[in-house]
Amino acid sequence: MDALGAIFASLYQFGDAFAFLVLSACGLAIIFGMMGVINLAHGEFIMCGAYVTVMANRAGLPLPVAVLAGAVVAGAIGVLVERLVIRHLYARPLDTIVATWGISLIATQGTLIVLGSTMTGVGTPLGSFELAGNSYSTYRLVLMGSAVAVLVLLYLFFNKTRFGVLARATIQVPHMAEALGVDTRLIYAMTFGIGAGLAGLTGGLYAPTMTMVPTMGTTFIMEAFVTVVVGGADVFLGTAPAAAALAIVKASLTSWYGQLFGQIGLLIAVILVIRLLPRGVSGFLLRERA
Amino acid sequence: MKIRTMAGLPLAALTGSLLLGVTAATAADPIKIGVLEDQSGDFAAATLVKVHAIELATEEINKAGGIAGRPIELVVYDTQSDNTRYQEFMRRVLQRDKVDVVFAGFSSASREAYRPIVNQFDGFAFYNNQYEGGVCDANMVVTGAVPEQQFSTLIPWMMETYGKKVYTIAADYNFGQISAEWVRNIVKENGGEMVGEEFIPLGVSQFSQTIQNIQSAKPDFVVTLLVGTAQASYYEQAAAASVGLPMASSVNVGQGYEHKRFTPPSLKDMYVTTNYIEEVDSPASKAFLDKFRAKFPDEPYVNQEAANSYIAINLYKQMVERAGGSTAREDLRKVIAAGDVCFDGPSGKVCLDPKSQHMSHTIFLAKVNDTHGIEFPKVWEDIKPYWLGDAGCDLTKNDPSEQYTPSNPPPKP
Repeated sequence: MDALGAIFASLYQFGDAFAFLVLSACGLAIIFGMMGVINLAHGEFIMCGAYVTVMANRAGLPLPVAVLAGAVVAGAIGVLVERLVIRHLYARPLDTIVATWGISLIATQGTLIVLGSTMTGVGTPLGSFELAGNSYSTYRLVLMGSAVAVLVLLYLFFNKTRFGVLARATIQVPHMAEALGVDTRLIYAMTFGIGAGLAGLTGGLYAPTMTMVPTMGTTFIMEAFVTVVVGGADVFLGTAPAAAALAIVKASLTSWYGQLFGQIGLLIAVILVIRLLPRGVSGFLLRERA
Repeated sequence: MKIRTMAGLPLAALTGSLLLGVTAATAADPIKIGVLEDQSGDFAAATLVKVHAIELATEEINKAGGIAGRPIELVVYDTQSDNTRYQEFMRRVLQRDKVDVVFAGFSSASREAYRPIVNQFDGFAFYNNQYEGGVCDANMVVTGAVPEQQFSTLIPWMMETYGKKVYTIAADYNFGQISAEWVRNIVKENGGEMVGEEFIPLGVSQFSQTIQNIQSAKPDFVVTLLVGTAQASYYEQAAAASVGLPMASSVNVGQGYEHKRFTPPSLKDMYVTTNYIEEVDSPASKAFLDKFRAKFPDEPYVNQEAANSYIAINLYKQMVERAGGSTAREDLRKVIAAGDVCFDGPSGKVCLDPKSQHMSHTIFLAKVNDTHGIEFPKVWEDIKPYWLGDAGCDLTKNDPSEQYTPSNPPPKP
């Protein structure tokens, strides 16, 4: 029984780390991994989703609907940002870093000015369950399930739907897609919007478990970039294995040596991947520019 | 004030400066106070209110005729919860703005970042924050509470009430490390046992594994020395996992008002030693709170650092006036050395200790109940900041400008 408890505890911790990595990274995997836009405002889309979720929930919407509202609003803002800023910078990838960083600063400071330094959260739903002497938050299982669902849905969406095929074609060879009659501007905007919407979904899902502050997005950023960088060229077949491998590193190091070593482990993993599998990073960046 | 300065004859001013020194010549010039606090970034939730408290005290003093007849002028910069900003702005207020005194800093990392600069330019700074203690520096006045005030009261009380097995989780920088050392020592002195200790990097927001480690160690209570809004997510996550252990802290509630920000009952059975929070039920506290809300109706919470900042301005006023209007640091330190620089403020009577230039406090034990209301099971009156003085720091004799810890005490003469 004790062994079973220990196994469950490890699985739970692995699942928790995996969910956090996948959900942190999924929006970025599309915007950075697929489109090649280094989006430093990723954390702010997450923050936006979280804030909208909490406000919608307080306004009376049930939490699942509120989370979706957060995702939709973040996605809509994503489309807007793409139209106004990102669109003009596809040919200048380094400039998008500056532009999205600026957007991130404006969003954080703007939220601070308009909504104040903190906001009361909504509280974690679903309570807890007990197993072999330890108690666990049930909501964390929902997060794990959501992470898997997001991966599956993304895979189906980009591989099995017409829009998904057009999107991949547009991003791979934009001129050819255009010549074949695809409205590439619309596709770019929609893809960016989906990435931002996924970030908003992450924010909404994590909102009940976190402190609501304008800087909350930054706590996702490191994990997001690490996962996407390790995931490398293929977003859909990259993100999930990368998150799984990193979750093992993080969960085991954290349980043996504490949080600090969990973080160090993640960063060392990234350094190793960049050193040993450079195509994981630069390969796809070069391909996008070609 | 301004008009009189402009109208004053240059000749008179010149003679004045020749005869009476700088102080008399600038009698109507404002006293400039630099304010470096985090108005954005990870710490803003706890520190915006400090700036407001300083503005409130300044307004009151200016209305009542200023400090020794001179109005206060604030030079405020937003340090953005960023240590390098502290260094930049500290240089700027001391070199370019030439302020008379600086009120600066929230995190201990930021204080240690700017303190060498204050020493380099021989400035005078107030640190109005509770912290891990041990700064023996003649250029600094500390109005916040220190471990002998917060932990020597709290930890024995908790051990008596809940049991002797203690688990500490602390932010991984000088504040958390040194505070955890204090907790460790006090637990040992009182015959208790540390069943675990974990240091969490700033900015970490996910605590599943930490929560599980705590549950496996089965402590009687958890000492939470978490800092910043990201780490504050611990409480929500621990409550969701039904950890259900009492918590003890020197920083929560009194600083980050977590009981207002989180949904009840996630902070149930949190015990905090603080020298002030807005729930303190005394006429002086009520009067302070009323003034605060009148000027800042939207203030989310008036915390201990707000009270300390307010007290600090009033102490500074008293020092300058007792020094005959001089703002020179050595003149003010002579006043502190008299040992009776006291102020009867929102948290009761407080006095500055000449040896360490730290402040005595009334310490309130605040307990968070299941609806996130505050009860005060115990109050310790007039706890002195004795550790530095007892350990051998005496700023009236020499100025080592060091930070000491229990494992690194001042050298014995």
